[in-house]
Amino acid sequence: MSLIPGSDSTIFQVFNLVLYVFFIGFIFYGQKLQMYIMIREVENSLHKLRITKDEGRKIALDTINEIGKPTTDPSARVDRCLDYFTIGPQGMDPQGIVYKLDHILDVRDDRLKEEVRLLAPQVINDEVQINNLENTLEAAMALNYIYKVVRHYYIQGRKTMSLYVIMQLQMILPMVMKEAEAYASALKAFAYGQPIGDSIGPLIASKLMYGQEVRKVPKDCVVATVPFEGRTALVLKAEGPGGNVGKPGDAIEAVIEEQQGKLACLIMIDAGLKLEGEMVGEVSEGIGSAIGGPGVDAFKIEEKITKYKIRNYAIIVKEDIGDAVSPMRKEINDAADKVIERVRDMVKERTKEGDTVLIVGVGNSIGVGQ
Amino acid sequence: MTSQTQTKTTNNKISSYLMLIILIVVALAVVALFLAVQTFIEGGSDNQLAAIMLAGIGLIALAIAGFLIHQSRKQAAEVKLEIPKVMTIIECQNKGCNNKTIREFQRGDYVFKELDVTCPKCNGRQMITAAYKEIREKEKTYAV
Repeated sequence: MSLIPGSDSTIFQVFNLVLYVFFIGFIFYGQKLQMYIMIREVENSLHKLRITKDEGRKIALDTINEIGKPTTDPSARVDRCLDYFTIGPQGMDPQGIVYKLDHILDVRDDRLKEEVRLLAPQVINDEVQINNLENTLEAAMALNYIYKVVRHYYIQGRKTMSLYVIMQLQMILPMVMKEAEAYASALKAFAYGQPIGDSIGPLIASKLMYGQEVRKVPKDCVVATVPFEGRTALVLKAEGPGGNVGKPGDAIEAVIEEQQGKLACLIMIDAGLKLEGEMVGEVSEGIGSAIGGPGVDAFKIEEKITKYKIRNYAIIVKEDIGDAVSPMRKEINDAADKVIERVRDMVKERTKEGDTVLIVGVGNSIGVGQ
Repeated sequence: MTSQTQTKTTNNKISSYLMLIILIVVALAVVALFLAVQTFIEGGSDNQLAAIMLAGIGLIALAIAGFLIHQSRKQAAEVKLEIPKVMTIIECQNKGCNNKTIREFQRGDYVFKELDVTCPKCNGRQMITAAYKEIREKEKTYAV
């Protein structure tokens, strides 16, 4: 029997035989071929990740050399920083775990700042530059970590020749690459001190508090008392313009205690992750603590507002992970005025004249003064 | 700051296993094309149909092999880091002046920074009111 009609010559039969052998071979080795194609895809992504990671290290080093003017070569210390790790608290007995985690994060932050001060003696007292350098280093650390994890699973997959290890890695790679690209574009933003998508909360708070006297509140935050629609608004944000998220949990606790819990409401404004199909810069309202991170700040805020029965409202500006850590897009910047209008409506509709409200712009204050 | 910096590198390794498969496919394609020509020359309606089928098989196999090589080389070669261009918006603080200047972001700029340079129109104080990047290309949308 022949695959091709009218082809009975020997050469045709040999050709048919080869086709059959090829077809049968595919039945047994098709999966292996599929795996090689996946390995190739992972290899390409890993190659891109390595370039991005190296570029991240280079940008961090260049920025340190340019701003910090170190007296010795900072490469070795930067490489050491890139490999830093943080061990989370033991969770077998979860009571008090939030404060343990809080302490660990404080130590991590202080340690990194100390390293940056050693790396950049020229700006040792310039908090803005120290914060920006710390953020740049953190973005480079994130890229380094992503690369190492992907490389780990790639090598493990090749060693075991397991289709399922490679397949899992290949399946999550588009998301991993998106995150890596976001950190790559964050590097320059941090190095130059440009506002990022996550700075929308502090930007709105700054617009509200502009022209008013500001005072510092723990930790690394500022608050201003602003007359607002016949009410008193206490507007709070992380201190800028350096790359700093502060500790809004501690700051909100402090302000609520100062006011002895006499607040009509707490309004939190933050950048929120958008779902696919939603527009960048879309504004959405809800309730709850609009704050990301490991949950320490959200926990502290919820404890305090529950104690004093304060209503908490949330407004978010939609953006994806890439927009959140890369330079602010125009659409996000334009959303600031829409959010202020929403806050105005919220305050007028849900509080009485003479009340005091607390408005918090959550996020990284990089590139946003007050 | 440079508006766009790109880093490009290449990694042109192709797996030997994949290369072997591609070579087999190419060899079969060449044989199929050769047979197609031979069968066509022999003539006859049955032979013509066989020639067309063989030529089709050969061309499709060649295209697949070419596409595989092209894809694996293209993916490896295109590594670029794009640095977006960020603009700083400067506005005059004098009421009624409304002078607005847009320039590229410089290190040290931040929103609400009061500048030493006065307004070219009214000599008033100037302040940075925004700093953002503009993305020109439209996001791909899906009608659902």
